[in-house]
Amino acid sequence: MGKKITIEPVTRVEGHGKVTVKLDDNNNIIQSRLHIVEFRGFERFVQGRPYWEMPVLVQRLCGICPVSHHLAAAKALDVIVGAGTGDGLTPTGEKMRRLMHYGQMFQSHALHFFHLASPDLLFGADGDPATRNVIGVALEHKDLAVQGVMMRKFGQEVIRATAGKKVHGTGAIPGGINKNLSVAERDEFLKGADPLNIDKMIDWAQAAVDFLKGFHGQNADMLDNFAKFDSSHMSLVGKDGGMDLYHGALRVVDTNGKKILDDIDYQDYTKYIAEDVQSWSYMKFPYLKEFGKDKGWYTVGPLARLNCCDFIPTPLAQKEFEIFKAYTNGKPNNMSMHMHWARLIELLHSAEMMKELLNDPDLLKDDLVTKGTKTNEGVGLIEAPRGTLFHHYKIDENDQIEMANLIVSTTNNNWPMNYAVEDVAKKNWTGKDNITEGMMNMLEMAIRAYDPCLSCATHALGKMPLEVTLVDSADKVLDVKSR
Amino acid sequence: MESVSIKILVYGYGNVGRQDDGLGVELASNVEQAQFTFVDTDSNYQLNIEDADNIIPYDVVIFADASVKAVAPFQFYHISPSKEITFTTHAMAPQSVLALCEDISEVVPECYIMEMPGYEWEFNKEMTEKAKGILEEATSFIMNLLKKDNLTKQDFASAVTCECDVSPE
Repeated sequence: MGKKITIEPVTRVEGHGKVTVKLDDNNNIIQSRLHIVEFRGFERFVQGRPYWEMPVLVQRLCGICPVSHHLAAAKALDVIVGAGTGDGLTPTGEKMRRLMHYGQMFQSHALHFFHLASPDLLFGADGDPATRNVIGVALEHKDLAVQGVMMRKFGQEVIRATAGKKVHGTGAIPGGINKNLSVAERDEFLKGADPLNIDKMIDWAQAAVDFLKGFHGQNADMLDNFAKFDSSHMSLVGKDGGMDLYHGALRVVDTNGKKILDDIDYQDYTKYIAEDVQSWSYMKFPYLKEFGKDKGWYTVGPLARLNCCDFIPTPLAQKEFEIFKAYTNGKPNNMSMHMHWARLIELLHSAEMMKELLNDPDLLKDDLVTKGTKTNEGVGLIEAPRGTLFHHYKIDENDQIEMANLIVSTTNNNWPMNYAVEDVAKKNWTGKDNITEGMMNMLEMAIRAYDPCLSCATHALGKMPLEVTLVDSADKVLDVKSR
Repeated sequence: MESVSIKILVYGYGNVGRQDDGLGVELASNVEQAQFTFVDTDSNYQLNIEDADNIIPYDVVIFADASVKAVAPFQFYHISPSKEITFTTHAMAPQSVLALCEDISEVVPECYIMEMPGYEWEFNKEMTEKAKGILEEATSFIMNLLKKDNLTKQDFASAVTCECDVSPE
């Protein structure tokens, strides 16, 4: 045996979050910012690559939501190969992609709730950081932890069956899909040994929603008022105004529920959305052109989707949607911690959608690809787990990528995350000149509600520590803590 | 080798689209090609909570990964459960996977890490030449271990190259 050495954590691909809170001479908060401090240029990297490589290539962005990038890129390329904008695919092509997408939503939302949110909820901001995690949950709430593990596993298997494999899946191709679902695969998901079957997944998803409602009943003050601020909300909605996480038109509602943009063809997104930059962050700040940089920012993700859609087209999730909407009398919900509630309603919806799709015989058919007349530009949009995801490509006469622009969900939520941090800091840090574990926990809770994926947003390589710095009005550092 | 009675999982993780970050996945792929009857392989971008269930059926699990700080050619070491999880939101360290496994199951496999140094991490599929050499040596090490006659759990314990203090990500 060799000598004893110390090794840093093995590498992973994630970003780096840094929060700075600035105090005046009386220790009042005068500024709070979430900085993103690393950057890699993915858009530049793909220039010159053949367009058909994009659905696989974009999965290099990170390992957190590769399926969302895979599908958004494929949707953009559908336009380029003349297969239409989302609804031009064969029934098998579109439904296989939808099954892949709802599998991704299901496993991602399950992961977020059981791994990330439940420790915050069960142990609170005052919980010991050493045990305030999924392992701590498993020790005290074993059933909850087992459900989280199995729901993640089910979603991962759906991805494997539809995308071909877990790493760098190839299922979605320009104009369609490269495989259908076998009868054996379908039957395994529908009737697999307990608990890995779709009916059990629906039961557990419903139980997760019920758990959250019960928790809310006992902790309404915290969930309602923690990181609460007015916001506009953006998402895709279906043609009928219902929730559609795979395809639709863009809708934006303001904080009062007024539709300030509606029925927008996302091929034209550059007419409505621009991206600002700030000197203190490498992450862009998207905004609605019509309302300007200061007032045009918006929230995306589960809360925004429930605020934008008129209904949810599956029965159990619709019932929960009605309860959710009734809580704010039908007005948009601007409570950041209700993101968890919205996410679980989507978890239930995703499970119901998977069951509906698995029972659809179109999944077993062989007409997989649509062909048409090629164009040189396409935009693909999808509602990824964390929110609206934009992929925009232009190709040259050699079929190579000439321009790529990606606006990922976490980038869309850049301002809202900053406002959430500011709200928490102002309400809890005023008058203090050092950072406590409880204060760190609160910042984590606020940021985690948005489920940020900083690796996509920053295109960074490295770990994703959270570093919090407290500075005075002259930018002198008073305290620094990191996790 | 014929009389091996233990079940082994070689699990590589990382992003093969980011140069040397794919070392673990490539190592698992190399082992898979040997088609040992008592060895399963798996791979993913990163470890996560479902892996606590995935490892339960095995006697020995080898997690293979690239590292920014490992010493060439590689470190092979035993790990114990760790309940520490940092802010990182979407991945788990192998020690944390093991701790979760311990929480949800009565049976926990013996786990080791094959940690290989990587050098470049950009959006490029091509692994660096140095990393290719590392992969070759690490693969050879694992293959020789798996080819041992009457392979037992003790053989893995005897093969460790260092005793490492590793903090979970």
